[in-house]
Amino acid sequence: MTPTEASDDAPEVEPDELRDGLVARLGELLGDGLVDSHVDPGRDVTVRVTTGAWAKAAEEIRYVLGARYFCFLSAIDWMPSPYGRYLDSDVDKVLSGEAAKDPGPQVQGVCGGDSRIQVFARVTNVRDHWGMTIKADTTSNEDPHIGTWTKVYAGADWHERETWEMYGVTFDGHNGLRHLYLPSDFEGHPLRKDFPLLARIVKPWPGIVDVEPMPLVEGADEADAPAETDGEAPA
Amino acid sequence: MTAVTDRQKLSYIAQQAADARINVELETEGMTLNLGPQHPATHGTLRIVARLDGEQVVSADPVMGYMHRGYEKLAEVRTYAQITTLVNRIDWLGSFANEVPFILAAERLMGVEAPPRAKWIRTLLFEMARVANIGLFLGEMGLQVGAVTPAFYAFRDREFVLNQIEAVTGGRFHPNFDRIGGIKDDLPKGWIEETKAVMVKMRDFCDEMEDLLLGSEIFAARCRGIGVIPPDVALQYGLSGANLRASGIDWDLRRDGNHGLLAYDELDFKVWTHPDGDSFARFWVRLQEVREATKLVDQLCDGMPSGSIQAKVPRIIKVPAGEAFVSTENPLGEMGYYVISTGDLVPFRVKIRSASFNNVSITPWLLRGVYVPDIITILGSLYFILGDIDR
Repeated sequence: MTPTEASDDAPEVEPDELRDGLVARLGELLGDGLVDSHVDPGRDVTVRVTTGAWAKAAEEIRYVLGARYFCFLSAIDWMPSPYGRYLDSDVDKVLSGEAAKDPGPQVQGVCGGDSRIQVFARVTNVRDHWGMTIKADTTSNEDPHIGTWTKVYAGADWHERETWEMYGVTFDGHNGLRHLYLPSDFEGHPLRKDFPLLARIVKPWPGIVDVEPMPLVEGADEADAPAETDGEAPA
Repeated sequence: MTAVTDRQKLSYIAQQAADARINVELETEGMTLNLGPQHPATHGTLRIVARLDGEQVVSADPVMGYMHRGYEKLAEVRTYAQITTLVNRIDWLGSFANEVPFILAAERLMGVEAPPRAKWIRTLLFEMARVANIGLFLGEMGLQVGAVTPAFYAFRDREFVLNQIEAVTGGRFHPNFDRIGGIKDDLPKGWIEETKAVMVKMRDFCDEMEDLLLGSEIFAARCRGIGVIPPDVALQYGLSGANLRASGIDWDLRRDGNHGLLAYDELDFKVWTHPDGDSFARFWVRLQEVREATKLVDQLCDGMPSGSIQAKVPRIIKVPAGEAFVSTENPLGEMGYYVISTGDLVPFRVKIRSASFNNVSITPWLLRGVYVPDIITILGSLYFILGDIDR
């Protein structure tokens, strides 16, 4: 286990003893449960625990490390969106008769991971002034499961309901997983990447229709798409 | 104040007796009371389904989603500059404060830092949003206990602050003024003096509210000892802002976090706390916060550095891949954005951590066993904005 990640590009940043110490202590407490960690010196720390250690991590972090303040809990769907993402997205191409391009491979963010849907939460220690983000993989892509935090942080109740509603993550041990925002007969999990944003599907992006080529620009077709080269702003 | 302690004792005894009654004696037929979704004293559409036994709440279940706009999904198809327009609508009484943490998170990912003058103007507008937002709360709280006058005073005096915000940003409610690497425009000429005059007015307004409400016996009777939140429960539910400080937790992100991101490190201010944790404490802490914020605005006006208001950023904002969480002490509490970028024009995922969501999530716990009229004062003192719950 390598708890810390050396910052190669910024040698002037001094190592963060507080956050390195936290990761080391959490490693002692969880053993193999702690998979990976990332320290942003002086600012932030992210750790990733195994699915099985998720609920235990909450206990250790609250009772031993003293992070009593519960900030939030949510999930991430790492699958690249099949619908494209921005102004020249694939939706508009498909609508105009072109073939959509392959969305590309799934890339995990800080601290890595394997599963498509990851759960992450944030807690804060209000006495020692640090915050920590905790991530964990879920069991499967279609019907993800993970332990509940509500036994440790009572406030996780609504956050887990929201995550269940938006991502379909079942929190084992949470006894009231029901809809929070959406009608109780709603089907689907809206924040998953494969859930279409209907307003985006039924008509082309309004912004792209209005784009007229700038005068004196050659190749008006290419001017529709955002320029790939980043021009410097005028001083 | 012995009267107060007596009152607290009485309230405690009443609570104990009420608990005993619920369990043993009175087996009245239960009743379900629907509060909302439309209620004149709420800022939006929160519905509370309360199961009653006589006058007491056995269980309360907030129902929301009447205003869910799906900003987290929408943010995945908007560029970074477009998202500030969306997030303005989250807490619509202190709109500018919503933009700041998002912009700070994007700046952290890009490695851009705003010049000092931009930071100071940001902080200045941030604090003015706080004065406008919590100033309205002070009047609203009177409305919750049946005093209509303070609400009108609050709406009247808030307008002075909104006028000043409008003079800079062009928008009373939705400034959309923050940019990655700086702000849109500089302050207009003569604005500083006008603002300082408005801040004097707001301090008078605070004194007025103190006279009208804190001295009122009815107000004390309705708020003292009602809706007590112990510190540990407050932390577990992630209450933030004045709700947390009213439970005695000395935690303010202006002082304790985000060093160097805004101008607070160079300012002198006090973080007020109150040990009681009841509705009265929450009102009292907010009253002091408005006073403190007006003083902060004065300091910011006096010490405003000169120089550029915009750092050099590319014309097309592409944020490098990475993850950042930045939260700030907004008028309602901790508001933060967890931004995940994959190096595109749009964020891959934006998790919006809004203060009211956590602040209201305590209500099923807090409303258990209270009397029906207290539901309104407790909800009023928790001070939520529906847009901030539903996002």
